[in-house]
This record gives sequence, C-alpha cells and structure tokens, in this order.
Amino acid sequence: MRAGLGLLGLLAAFAAAAPWLAALLGHDPFAPDLFNRFAPPSAAHPLGTDELGRDLLLRLAHGARVSLAVGLAAALAATLIGTLVGLLAAWRGGWLDAVLMRLADGLLALPALPLLVILAALDPAAVGLPRGEALADVLRLSLLLAAFGWVGVARLVRAGALSLLARDYVRAARALGVSEARLLWRHVLPGLAAPIAIATALAVGGAILAESALSFLGLGIAPPAPSWGNMLANAQELVFQAPLAALWPGLAILLAVLGCNLVADAISRGR
Amino acid sequence: MIRLLAARLGQIALVTALLSFAAFLLIGLMPGDPIEIAIAGDPRLSSEDAARLRALHGLDQPLWARYLAWAGGVLEGRFGHSRLFALPVAALLWPALIGTLELLGLALLVAGVCGVALGALAALRPRLGPLVQGFALFAQAVPAFWLGMLLIILFAVHLGWLPAGGSEGGWRALVLPVATLAFANLAAYARHGAAALSAALEEPHIRTARAKGAGERRVLLRHALPNAAVPLLTVAALDAGALVSGALIAETVFARPGMGKLIYDAVMGSDFNLALIALLVVAVVTMLATLAADLAQRWLDPRIA
Repeated sequence: MRAGLGLLGLLAAFAAAAPWLAALLGHDPFAPDLFNRFAPPSAAHPLGTDELGRDLLLRLAHGARVSLAVGLAAALAATLIGTLVGLLAAWRGGWLDAVLMRLADGLLALPALPLLVILAALDPAAVGLPRGEALADVLRLSLLLAAFGWVGVARLVRAGALSLLARDYVRAARALGVSEARLLWRHVLPGLAAPIAIATALAVGGAILAESALSFLGLGIAPPAPSWGNMLANAQELVFQAPLAALWPGLAILLAVLGCNLVADAISRGR
Repeated sequence: MIRLLAARLGQIALVTALLSFAAFLLIGLMPGDPIEIAIAGDPRLSSEDAARLRALHGLDQPLWARYLAWAGGVLEGRFGHSRLFALPVAALLWPALIGTLELLGLALLVAGVCGVALGALAALRPRLGPLVQGFALFAQAVPAFWLGMLLIILFAVHLGWLPAGGSEGGWRALVLPVATLAFANLAAYARHGAAALSAALEEPHIRTARAKGAGERRVLLRHALPNAAVPLLTVAALDAGALVSGALIAETVFARPGMGKLIYDAVMGSDFNLALIALLVVAVVTMLATLAADLAQRWLDPRIA
C-alpha cells in the first residue's frame, strides 16, 4: 500500500511541480529551440531535448498532468457509472438485472482497443465537442474510456451488493421501515467500499495504459500538448537518432500503472 | 450442451448485430465524406456529378435504409471494395486474419507456457512466491508498445540480430512481436497458475499419488496440472479481448500485416467500409475464442453447470 501510494504521490508531485520546474530551468516546454535539437542530458536539460529542442524533463512533467488527469477522470466516471449500474442491477433484480449484465458481458467480450480506435477517430465536432484543444481531448478520452471501464466496476459492485442485500442486518433495517434509498446509501454502499476502491485503483491504471496506447497511435491527446503516449509516438519515429527519448515516458507510464496495481493489490489483501 | 451452444451462438449473433448497427451509425460521424474525398481528388467534378454519385451509391438515402442495404450485402457475402487499398475487402481480410491468428496463437502459447511455469515455480517453492507475484504486478504495468520499442532499439538497432518489423524474414520477423504480446499477457497466467496449482497440490489425491511413490515431476504434470487447467482456461476466456487488443498494438509497432493494422490503417485512411467489416470480423473471432475456451472448460470439468 505504502509503495503504491508513494509512487503515485511522487508522480502527482512531479506533475504539480511542472511550472516551478520550468521557472527553475528557465525553458518553455512548448517553444522550439532549433539550435539545441537532440541535446544530450546536461545541467540545463537534465534529460536532454527532443527533435525540436524542447526540454524532455519539462515535457514529461506536463505530460504527467495530462496522463494522470485522463486516468483519474476516466476512472472516477467509470466508478460512478459502474457503482450505479451494479447497485441497480443487484437491488432491482429480474429483467433489468438480466439486461444490464448481458450488456456488460457483451462489452467485456469485445476487443476494446480496435473499438476504441474507431471511436477515438470520430470527429468530435460532429457530436458537439470543440475540436483540437487539449482540455477537449482530455474530456473526450475520459468519456470514451469510462464508456468501457464501468463494466468491471459494475460486476464487482453487483456481486458484493447481492451478498449484502441478503444479510440479516439489511433485512432488519428493511423490517424497521427504512426507505429503499436510505437502505442502499447507508447500509449497502459502505459495505462495498473495499471492492469499489479496488476497482477504482485498477481502473485508473487501465485508463492510463489505454490513454497512452491511443495517444501513441495518434488518436488520443493531439500534439503540441504533451502526453506520455504521444511523446512515445514521437520517440518511435526517432529511434535511430535519440533512443533515450523512448525511455522516460514509458518508464513514467510503467510507474503510474504499477502504483495503481500495488494499491489495488494491497486493498484486496486487506493491508 | 447443444442448448447452451445455441444460446451462446445466439448471443454472439445479437452482439454482432448491435455492434454493427452502432458502429455504422458512429462511422457516419467520422471526418471525411466519401463524395467530398472524391471531389477533393478530382476538382472538375461538378455539383451535379456529386449529386449523381450520391444517388448512385445510395448516400442520399436515410441512415437506416443505408444500414439495411449494407448489412444485407454483408450477409450475402458481398463485402464491397476498400477505397484505401483499391482491392475487394474479402481479398484483404484473409491474409490479415491469418497473420493475426499466427501472432495470437504463438503469443498465447508462449504466454501460457511461461506463465504456468512461473506459477508452478511459485507453487512448488513458496519462498519464491512473493517474487513471482511481484514480477506479475510489474509485467501487468508495462505498456506493450513501449516494450516493443525497447526490443526494437536493443535487438534491431543496437545488436542487429532481428528485423525491426515487417513480415519479411520468416520466423525471425515473428520473434519480437510474439515476445512483446506474450509478455503483456503472461502476468495473468502466472498469478492464476500459482493460485490454481497451490490449491490443486493441497488435494487428497495428490497425497495419495505421493504415498504411492510418484515423483515430484509426475505429481505436478500428471496430477496437479490437469486440475489447474480449468481456472487457467477461465483466464484465457476472459483475456481473449485483451489479447486481440494487444495484437493491434504489436502489429502497429512492428508494422506487421494483420487485422489490427488493417483496422488502424482503415481508420486513419477514412476507409469506413473496411474499418467496419474488419472490426466485426475481429469481434466475432474474439467471441468465438471465448466460447471455445468456455466449452473446453466444461469438457475438462463436467461439474461446471
């Protein structure tokens, strides 16, 4: 638990410190500096520069903001939808349960990435979202990833809620005349804290991985805004000139996802 | 069994129909209208020509009518042409499907064997258990496309032992994509393999086998592994989608022809028809693979209702 939270805390601090780092080093991570292309690591550029002479450390910090924001937003949205669907399915039962769970099965059986590639290529303007701004990209990707991410949460919540709804204390609360809404909110939901926390932690990691894959394929966060995924896409084209540029963004993704998985693992072991 | 099979096949048909309709609707939202692309390619086209082309291809019809016409054609085996590759879609699908199945099959084999071997190590030597669990957590967090790039940098750029991509060079071109895809899917087999094998090794029939003098290797391979195979097939069934998603990444990173690369190229080239049909083929293959794993599970363990 401590290792996972520590990793995530470090990355969050790194993301938060982006403007101070820029002030400290005295570079603009978005301004090209063509006399300093592919600069090796030095005091001025701790990780060197990319093909436009932009500082890699600063771009990594700004990428952390984008990648972590997408991961968190997508996971929170997926948790919200999944919890509602799971609770509803367990509480209502019957045909609604059957329809919702068949929908979840259907989504789970599909290969997510080919579908996401097609969905991410949709023209955002056609569904009324602004095009080409970093914030709009973050929002679009978070919604897309949440549309797939809720399934795992919903299944865990439904299974947990079904077992809680059959407990004596829940039946006692019902017998005392507690309203159904209060029953779910006060008596069932708190008992689901652990599975929901596990599902959320896993969803954050999954969303960070999926965002980086989509950005890597050129369908996620559009340059010049940096994300760990599109920095890697850039690095792939320059494997021969600057192999080191491929190292750092991938390491950042690895650490972020590892942190999330460690937290989920620790909760599920009850530590 | 027959009823179950019929129900599951019916479910696959329903999901495919719903997916095709949803994707058809959504693809209408993609940038790049085919007639506009034609006009861009030939500026001499007049607006009357454009209208005539629209009517000729049925693009003036409402969306549902277009969907029904398209779906009817696909059901009759008329997959149409790819605008991007200037070839019939069917001629593109088969080589791509075979390329992907080759990659998937080999990666699944490598991931399964290595994962189960790691799991067996953890189950037989409990002191190594945390190490294997830690490795599995780490392997799950590695982004597959990054691993692919690192392998290219090491083995293709620095050492020059293996090609960086493409399909030339027979088995040598397969090594890096298979390794990348297998590594990405190995963790689940190691974790569940360790758990299933430890559980199987606790069972009374294992004690009986040991009491009768069976060696450790025979106990593991003949008596414990078959019992652990059922949960591993559950993992395989659940991970089919992830495996296919990984194939898309591996094919793109290593520029290998296959279904994933075909879908990606079709989307990037605004070739709606090809993207849609390839997506449906991939979805059907994934669902059939899941079904096959489920059926194998039931065949191995008749207790599963």
